Amino acid sequence: MQFDRILLSHGSGGRLSQQLIHDVFLKELGNEILDELNDSAVFNVAEGKLAYTTDAYVVSPIFFPGGDIGRLSACGTVNDLSMSGAKPFYLSASFIIEEGLSINDLKTILMSMKQAADEAGVKIVCGDTKVVGRGMADKVFITTSGIGLIPDGIDISPRRIRPGDSVILSGTIGDHGIAILSQREGLGFSSDFISDVAPLNHLVASMLDEVGNDIHAMRDPTRGGLATTLNEFAQVANLGMRIYEDKIPVQDNIRGACELLGFDPLYIANEGKLVTIVENVAGDRVLACMKRHPLGINAEIIGEVVEKPEGMVSLVTRIGGTRVIDMMVGDQLPRIC
Amino acid sequence: MRYIDEFCDPGLAKRLVESINRLSDKEIVLMEVCGTHTMAIFKHGIKKLLAPSIRLVSGPGCPVCVTAAQDIDVARWISRQKDVIFTTFGDMIRVPGGASSLERQKGQEGADIRVVYSILDALDIARNNPTKRVVFFGIGFETTAPSIASGIQLASKQGLDNFFVYSCHKLIPPAMKALLESGEVKIDGFICPGHVSTIIGAKPYEFIAEQYHIPCVITGFEPLDILQAILMLVKARESGQVGVEIQYTRAVKHEGNVVAQRILAEVFEPIDAVWRGIGVIPDSGLKIRQEYSRFDALLQFEMPEMSDKSDLSNLSDCICGLILRGIAIPTDCPLFKTVCNTENPVGACMVSLEGTCAAYYKYSP
Amino acid sequence: MCLGIPVKIMKISDSLAVVEIGGVKRQASLALVEDVRVGDYVILHAGFAIQKVDEDDARESLRLLEEIGICDI
Repeated sequence: MQFDRILLSHGSGGRLSQQLIHDVFLKELGNEILDELNDSAVFNVAEGKLAYTTDAYVVSPIFFPGGDIGRLSACGTVNDLSMSGAKPFYLSASFIIEEGLSINDLKTILMSMKQAADEAGVKIVCGDTKVVGRGMADKVFITTSGIGLIPDGIDISPRRIRPGDSVILSGTIGDHGIAILSQREGLGFSSDFISDVAPLNHLVASMLDEVGNDIHAMRDPTRGGLATTLNEFAQVANLGMRIYEDKIPVQDNIRGACELLGFDPLYIANEGKLVTIVENVAGDRVLACMKRHPLGINAEIIGEVVEKPEGMVSLVTRIGGTRVIDMMVGDQLPRIC
Repeated sequence: MRYIDEFCDPGLAKRLVESINRLSDKEIVLMEVCGTHTMAIFKHGIKKLLAPSIRLVSGPGCPVCVTAAQDIDVARWISRQKDVIFTTFGDMIRVPGGASSLERQKGQEGADIRVVYSILDALDIARNNPTKRVVFFGIGFETTAPSIASGIQLASKQGLDNFFVYSCHKLIPPAMKALLESGEVKIDGFICPGHVSTIIGAKPYEFIAEQYHIPCVITGFEPLDILQAILMLVKARESGQVGVEIQYTRAVKHEGNVVAQRILAEVFEPIDAVWRGIGVIPDSGLKIRQEYSRFDALLQFEMPEMSDKSDLSNLSDCICGLILRGIAIPTDCPLFKTVCNTENPVGACMVSLEGTCAAYYKYSP
Repeated sequence: MCLGIPVKIMKISDSLAVVEIGGVKRQASLALVEDVRVGDYVILHAGFAIQKVDEDDARESLRLLEEIGICDI
């Protein structure tokens, strides 16, 4: 019997569960390891340092311009691995599905997950599915974990940040957060916003090939935006960051949306951008290398690491003033003031 | 012309700053009445460009900050009533009342509280939910109040009978008058709010120049606007000419926006209002007129006597009141950064993004 | 206290307009302004146009600003 929506029985572990796994999950995500359906994925690994990460994805709406929760959950974990310099190879994926989700929607999500995994060159090798009653989850929640191998001699950590290092951003900020917001009810603004969600591992690999260990720190500015990531760097390194407002790329429509809503693009989420702190002398080489990659075309050196004030990020404004950039507090809300 | 980037030109800004600093050999205290100016001054790093003799102090110009704690408690009470959808601008959602905020109300008690961008969005919600009572939290100064008046007129025309406004609007000139009457602050010039003045024009500030001999400049919000206004005020002191000047000519006419003034007067009438940290200021609030009273949330709901009438009573160390009057700065407050921060705001100045304390907290080391 | 941004009027139907900034469109009420046309800029606040932006005045302001710098130096 065919169903067009997820029922509680699809999560019961019985025949329907099996049907769902075979006809939907394996059909879309299958590969030689996942197809085994063992309790664990079993594989060989090379000698060396492994990176291991996990992240839960909840997003409303689950489909948005430029992607969906499937693509997001694959890219996010690939990116987390990449930010430690690891070359990602395997992912796991767990699904918590709300009863009533359309099976076609689920298939679309799995297809884009697979596509993102293919782009990144990784495989989804194990997973799990649970179904919960209506209202107990919002359509679908996905948790992915991933492992990757860190090339010999690479050590990327904010502790390696030194005064004088260059701060490089891989492209425009705010695209993901505004694309999501534009889909929510009640705000009523429109433009051709497109989320930047993308796997960054190939970009990172080419950067590492170019300058190797001259890359001191790297992070993807997701929730909390660029401001939060730079603050995290500054706090861990106990150094200051000085960035320049006119160097930070922001698309016109993102700027427009921010003006309308009273938002600051520095605090808006990105899903396909990275910010890296590199040895000063290597700055231009890294930048040139990033600009050759499609995901780094708009990369810019946006500032530098300074000794003081420790643990703080300051921004040189367009008119030459300076201000402190704090961590984000709570979500930004549309405001009149 | 986009009317934004042109007024951020770094070259012109540099020259303006040099001109200002050259004229600033003795101390001058300028008050920006408007919180959006406070924000813009911090956002563009303007204070650090100016000579230390130029002191910019912040006034009571944030409608979020000055909303009395008891008014927020009333809003929270309304949001808890049966079949109510409570709509508000995002600004108000985290402002603490006597005991709690709308955000906590929503999280802890499941009240249906929705953030809207415009009163028109709240009207849509009312139309789409005919079995619910949709209440809009009317906050804001003269800039915002006409849009609320227009929304009420629209609701009246369309015969919406499930839409109500809880009006906590405030008016700026009476507050400036109260501030000057208190005699506590020494001000050499006012940077007057640009968008309030878009509506009310220049005339309502004339008493400040005439009776108190303080120059006023109605100012826009881009960096060049603010710098030019500062230069105009510095020059006014040099020349001794005191009047009300308009810097923000592209958006402010001397007579203001007469259409908006008319609609405002059709729907609202002035009433005494409590300002957080300041107290009652005569004729500084707006009440919905008799003709539109069926949209007045205060008449729709049988409000219990609010127990905590005393403003800021449980926040004894908070000096928001002094800050809102320009007498103290945030760093004078014992709670600043110790107990009170943007995540756990005690007083209202920390809550609103444009509150003086939040601006200090966010933008200065 | 009041965010207001200059937006361009793209379309008008009765008292509602479609306004644009940086390629972002939104609906706005024109109930509080008179004599505005497609192509005009208005200051938008809380979903309402609250004033037409005067291009001549804006150009004059910029011209004066240029002069301040030059004359004083």
